[in-house]
Amino acid sequence: MHVIVDYGAGNIASILKACNDIEFNVVLSKNPEMIKNADSLILPGVGAFGAAMEQLNNTGLIPLIKEHVSLGKPFLGICLGMQLLYETSYEMGKFQGLGFLKGEVVPFKNTLKVPHMGWNQLTFNKPEHPILSGIKEDDYVYFVHSYYVKTKETDVVAYTPYGVDVPAIVAKNKVVGMQFHPEKSGTVGKALLKAYKERML
Amino acid sequence: MLARRIIPCLDVKDGRVVKGKQFKALKDVDTPEVLSKYYDEEGADELVFYDITASSERRKLSLAFVEKVAQTINIPFSVGGGVNSLEDFTMILRKGADKVSINSGAVLNPKLIKEAALKFGSQCVVLSIDAKYNGKTYDVYIKGGRENTYIDAIEWAKEGVRLGAGEIVINSMDADGMKEGFHIDLVNQIIAAVNVPVIASGGAGKVEDFTELALNTTADGMLAASVFHYKEIRIKDLKTRLKAAGIPVRI
Repeated sequence: MHVIVDYGAGNIASILKACNDIEFNVVLSKNPEMIKNADSLILPGVGAFGAAMEQLNNTGLIPLIKEHVSLGKPFLGICLGMQLLYETSYEMGKFQGLGFLKGEVVPFKNTLKVPHMGWNQLTFNKPEHPILSGIKEDDYVYFVHSYYVKTKETDVVAYTPYGVDVPAIVAKNKVVGMQFHPEKSGTVGKALLKAYKERML
Repeated sequence: MLARRIIPCLDVKDGRVVKGKQFKALKDVDTPEVLSKYYDEEGADELVFYDITASSERRKLSLAFVEKVAQTINIPFSVGGGVNSLEDFTMILRKGADKVSINSGAVLNPKLIKEAALKFGSQCVVLSIDAKYNGKTYDVYIKGGRENTYIDAIEWAKEGVRLGAGEIVINSMDADGMKEGFHIDLVNQIIAAVNVPVIASGGAGKVEDFTELALNTTADGMLAASVFHYKEIRIKDLKTRLKAAGIPVRI
């Protein structure tokens, strides 16, 4: 069973649709038994980091999510769901994240238009990574975010240029994060989800 | 590089795209979901729907199209028209739209911008401004351009962003429908005043109008209706031409 963690984050219908399009059978759930037994988890997310962590915490699912990752099972974080994988965020305060990946979530420099919204290109940092198997370098994906991840380069699979090199796809073992919205990124987004389904599970 | 977005705009009334009959090669397909698929395949980066259904009761029924569009395309889209409460935001976003566009509703009740941004995030809140040159500055009009508020459009854009709008659509009433090009001065003044993405609307008549806007402003998006609906400009051709002019577009 592949489970999208239901903790009140928006945008679920689009993710369900995109997964359905590529015949990736996922279910939306916050049932602890289902999360515990899931073969893989998807963590969506829209909105502010602190509020999302609080909502996630309120579900009581965090220990189960941590156990899932420590068992080496596949995990995909999308947009804010990727940022939540990191240790710390400085979005409207200082908040602790799930800490699966090392790094922190910081604001863009104020000389740039924020949010970073629209279609931007992927620069491959690890061209051989299986998650990239269905797409080409410089393909466009759809971003909407006001904060970005500062992290160790070893976890970054692809960047996008926006004033700085913004980590766009990150991966460590079976944990994958996408800063953009694959479910809103047309055929390229679907190819990425398909690669996740076929190469990471 | 961040691509400049090409955004077709569709007016919806009672769940059908108005002017749908003008799609001569696309007979009997004038529902929002079918046209959204067409524009997705044409290479549109995003879609904007304005529901112009007159009564709010009928608009609720009309908005059933939002769900169908969300189930049809994998690109972002926004929905506006008659939005004047948090309930409207909730309803439209629940049906699967990525953003909600507010215009008159925000002018009449500016704190709605703030409430919506706090509840759903700034990225969902698009402030759409209808502006008209008064010989010196630009006035904000509401109610579909029928009523002058005498509010300064540049100041209103700043205030909207301060309250939490994550994007501005600036529609030049002077340029709208004239097909003589976008209103570059107005667009540049808005861009200089705010640090969120700005979408230029009104005046597109030919490919060169898009090129000129892209070369002379940093507008993030270029919105047009009739030139796309009547196939005077095909999005694929437009993007090829923009790319040839050195403008980053998603092809």
